[in-house]
Amino acid sequence: MSLLRFFGGHRASAPIARERLQILLAHERSTRGQPELLIMLREEILAVVSRHVTLDPDKVIVKMERGDTVSTLEVDIELPSGFERQLAAIA
Amino acid sequence: MAKVLVVTSGKGGVGKTTTTAAIGAALAQAGQKVVVVDFDVGLRNLDLIMGAERRVVFDLINVVQGIAKLPQALIRDKRLENLSLLPASQTKDKDALTEDGVGHVIADLRQMFDWVLCDSPAGIERGATLAMRFADEAIIVTNPEVSSVRDSDRIIGMLDSKTIKAEKGERVDKHVLITRYDPARAARGDMLGIDDVLEILATPLLGIIPESQEVLRASNLGSPVTINNPASAPARAYLDATKRLMGETLAMTVPSERKGLMNLLLGRRAA
Repeated sequence: MSLLRFFGGHRASAPIARERLQILLAHERSTRGQPELLIMLREEILAVVSRHVTLDPDKVIVKMERGDTVSTLEVDIELPSGFERQLAAIA
Repeated sequence: MAKVLVVTSGKGGVGKTTTTAAIGAALAQAGQKVVVVDFDVGLRNLDLIMGAERRVVFDLINVVQGIAKLPQALIRDKRLENLSLLPASQTKDKDALTEDGVGHVIADLRQMFDWVLCDSPAGIERGATLAMRFADEAIIVTNPEVSSVRDSDRIIGMLDSKTIKAEKGERVDKHVLITRYDPARAARGDMLGIDDVLEILATPLLGIIPESQEVLRASNLGSPVTINNPASAPARAYLDATKRLMGETLAMTVPSERKGLMNLLLGRRAA
């Protein structure tokens, strides 16, 4: 089969399918079972920031820590390099 | 003790109804008392695949709503006397199904049968969640194709969280059934392989059903493929899967079509 592929210039598509699935499912599994509120917050924050800066959606992390007296919401957004130029272009 | 088994997938068109009919018939052929229940309210099809479409009078929703008694709605198969069908409604909508109502019907079916096979609708809405709600075991029907595998993963997550068993801290026994598998394309690297799918889904394999014209033939005729042509490749794969469900350990193979000499000479596929 590999000989055939060599001569035919045909590249197997199954390994690509496998890799795409593994990446996608790792992401989907991580959001499963999370409180709806966090998923919603994350999506809305992503939408607001994306209006001004092009973001990698995977680089937006929203966490909630519940304490006895104080709870905190942690939002961690990694900006791409050169984002200031993007901002300047809009302004 | 009766077992409630849901046949589910998330994605549509992967072979849930074909599988429900084929395995239901195979269990009945093995002497088990079996009922197959169609949960696809509004888009019922199990009656058609079983060849009972002209015998439907009452349906699951009539029973849930108390309009008909369960024995009135059950349709006994004409070929196998210990196989029955509980059809879905074609006219009502899925909101007519309530959890309590379905729970009562399933509890009654447990008293009457050894196996209760629930044919889930596609999707993750009410019909699908109710089909899996009372399950002891699940068959996740998956095609070796990215969108089907993704949806199966989602459904596996639901089986682990939204079933009665899961809520009690128990586990639904899950099995992946790979359907429409084409060994030649997988060998060429153009179809996800069995190992790929199993590694991604991390769920044990019940069987591999090869892509075959016999499945369409059986549905054209309204006869489960395991009854219509038990010697065909998909039927043998379904029969093996059924034995595994009943606890037998069998080597995992992908049956292929036996070609008759005449067919080989004529260069045509065995039909």
